[in-house]
Amino acid sequence: MVSLDTIVQGVLLGGLFALFALGLAVIYGVMKLINIAHGDFIVLGAYLALGISGATHRSPFVVLPIVVVVFMLFGYVLQRTILNRTLGRDILVPLVVTYGISVVIQNVLLQTTSADSRSLKVGSIETASVALPGGIAIGWLPLLTLATALAATLLLEWIFNRTRLGIAFRAASDDRETANLMGIDDLRLYGYATAIALGVVALASLFMGIKFEFTPDIGPSFLLYAFEAVVIGGLGSFWGTFAGGIVLGVAQAIGFAINPGLGILLGHLVFLAVLVLRPRGLVPRSASA
Amino acid sequence: MMLEVRGLEAFYGDFQALFGVDLVVDAGERVALVGANGAGKSTLLRSIAGTRRSRPEAIVFAGRPIGGLPPAEVARLGIALVPEGRRLFPSLTVEENLRAGTLGGRTGAWTLDRVYALFPILREKRNAPSTSLSGGQQQMCAIGRALMANPRLLLCDEISLGLSPAVVKQVYAALDEVCAGGLAVVLVEQDVELARASTERVVCLLHGRVTLGGRSRELERETISRAYFGV
Repeated sequence: MVSLDTIVQGVLLGGLFALFALGLAVIYGVMKLINIAHGDFIVLGAYLALGISGATHRSPFVVLPIVVVVFMLFGYVLQRTILNRTLGRDILVPLVVTYGISVVIQNVLLQTTSADSRSLKVGSIETASVALPGGIAIGWLPLLTLATALAATLLLEWIFNRTRLGIAFRAASDDRETANLMGIDDLRLYGYATAIALGVVALASLFMGIKFEFTPDIGPSFLLYAFEAVVIGGLGSFWGTFAGGIVLGVAQAIGFAINPGLGILLGHLVFLAVLVLRPRGLVPRSASA
Repeated sequence: MMLEVRGLEAFYGDFQALFGVDLVVDAGERVALVGANGAGKSTLLRSIAGTRRSRPEAIVFAGRPIGGLPPAEVARLGIALVPEGRRLFPSLTVEENLRAGTLGGRTGAWTLDRVYALFPILREKRNAPSTSLSGGQQQMCAIGRALMANPRLLLCDEISLGLSPAVVKQVYAALDEVCAGGLAVVLVEQDVELARASTERVVCLLHGRVTLGGRSRELERETISRAYFGV
């Protein structure tokens, strides 16, 4: 029932969840801001890729760099103009505001693109696969998704651990006031963090849009997966987030293998189990240890 | 003069912490702030560093009113604060904490190598989490972090607090070495004798007002005591 194939397909699915989760982890890690509109950003990115791809008659893969750049700029401006004003002692304010942004994005998309379901078409790679011994077939697209998630995780780890910007991110996350004393302009820094997060979201948008049929109102379910992956992974490193995505993917795949109605549920159950047994996640943040 | 505080007032809600405080610091000068708990010493330092906003003209640094500037801008002008309780970044290593001091973008004589020469133990522990350091080592790291910003004015808030006498001696000896380079220092110190010995001037605060100011060498112990306790 739970074959090696199931696990492999789960890991591949987990790559997509990891990609969903990384952007959420960046924003939460730096600012303690839970972005309720995260899933809607993923959907918005897919519509943007669809629009640009349609207008230029190029593959979504080709227009991806444009979507990434547009989203990074969007992230910076959004943080500087709106989200920075929500940061403070009260954690409810950013929740309410990003929930509002979520509602706005869904309705703007509904108004401009209708409720019809769409998907991104990338041709024959969508169904191409490589056969492994043991009757396991690995789709090129899921493999590319997983590889992209790995690359994004590596890139984020490098930024946060090996660059001055990363030191500033972690310092501001630890102690905003003392970071200010170091000459760090925290509000601009938060702009950079959201820009990076939305750059990763744009990657998630592409692979989501190829894998799923999407409609304007589907974002919140992606938020849920992303949130679960972040909680399972813990906030110690982006590798934790990556692992959280994989765990969620494998759990769902096993659930689906047992019973098609059980897949999503088993994912949620694993999330709850981690919350109970290891509330700080697989890779806890060491600062408060 | 390098720093001029004129008629500085500070409030916490309805409570007034500073009542028209004046303070002048010349380039390269070391000034000690003494006074009982709640006298307003830390508030004064935090106002200078910008973590508390003031009237712009109440604090003038190098000819520029800075009372209304955010702390990051004050830091970039060359004022570094070693905060009370050290406030190292717990998720950063020792060396990353030191490098965090450079994020304001000021450059100068202070580099990692020079800080390590001043505090060799920090070089040994460079890759250790800052949380693994002893109290004295943490204080060295906090001072090193402030120096990495290459400030013109260094503010030290109770750097001897909670340290053993031997370590306090070591930290103050290092501070002497630092000041040989012409850096101006304002330090808050509970130990009046230590404050006198390590500065050129002493300023005493009581209930948010300056009650005494003078050359460290010339002030009598009793005079300071009277200003300190207000008797």
